[in-house]
Amino acid sequence: MSFINYASREINCKIVYYGPGLCGKTTNLQYIYQKTDPTAKGKMISLATETERTLFFDFLPLALGEIRGFKTRFHLYTVPGQVFYDASRKLILKGVDGVVFVADSQEERLDANIESLLNLEENLEEQGYQLEKLPFVMQYNKRDLPNVTSLDELRKLLNPDGVPEFEACAMTGEGVFETVKAVAKQILMELKKGS
Amino acid sequence: MFGPQSSSFVMYEEELSQINAVLEKLLRESNSKVIFLVDKNGQLISSVGETEHLDTTSLASLTAGNIAATGGLAKLIGEKEFSILFHEGEKDNIHISIVAGRVILVVIFDQRSSLGLVRLRVKKAGEELARIFVELAQKTEELEKAGNAQSPFAEITDDDIDNLFK
Repeated sequence: MSFINYASREINCKIVYYGPGLCGKTTNLQYIYQKTDPTAKGKMISLATETERTLFFDFLPLALGEIRGFKTRFHLYTVPGQVFYDASRKLILKGVDGVVFVADSQEERLDANIESLLNLEENLEEQGYQLEKLPFVMQYNKRDLPNVTSLDELRKLLNPDGVPEFEACAMTGEGVFETVKAVAKQILMELKKGS
Repeated sequence: MFGPQSSSFVMYEEELSQINAVLEKLLRESNSKVIFLVDKNGQLISSVGETEHLDTTSLASLTAGNIAATGGLAKLIGEKEFSILFHEGEKDNIHISIVAGRVILVVIFDQRSSLGLVRLRVKKAGEELARIFVELAQKTEELEKAGNAQSPFAEITDDDIDNLFK
């Protein structure tokens, strides 16, 4: 749920990065953080375990500039990907305006991707959302690795509705900004429609 | 207005100045250092006091995460929610309470105040804030019904959006 503040002329939206454990959600945020002008970003917060696995969430506030005199800010969150952190994942989806699903392209993670996508749909429904009605983009991450599933197959299994999709390598940053731009754009278009 | 179906949470100047007046009064009467108000999704609504050296955006997000996590704990033991949280530090303490079931009031204070005083003043301020938020919800609903709730984004173009990413 976006927050429109007429007093400070600001609009805030929430984007959640979802996906199976170790698919690269935090890496996406880290790359955005590294490559963004210091004036346009806040501090990145990572609530992680000692082994750098996300425990609760990562958070990165991003200011994009002004539209029609309103400052647009996006709050980027990741969920913990590991299966047993489901209770935390549900909490982070509260008030979401747009979702990025980060899929791990490696063959051995295909089942984990499918399971995580189903989990996303279930958790959204529990909160009264429907994935089809939300701004949603798909990112096929780790395309640089040797043992990846073909794009056709990933598309068939993870993106039958044909939402905007991007090949990415979050470590080097390939596809990272394209992904966040696409979801931000959809959110702004939703705001336009919903007005 | 506050359900998941609703697309936006809207704040107007008039209500924000009323809210700020309540927060300023609470700051004085409770002898606290910083007070801020956050919505349950982690968006900062307002902050007053010594905020210059504070990362209020991060504080807002973590507060909401904290409330969400304790809310989850509450449900597990059959409670609706825990409406007050208190964190005690060596110098500074944080008092967190839920107002109108929807927004989070955070008071940061040190030895110049006390937990008892903060609790007392927060209770009163919470009632005033709840009234403002009820009125705000009614106002938004009425404007929506009347078709006057024109979003500033109604007339944006693809170019406007593309320009953001240059």
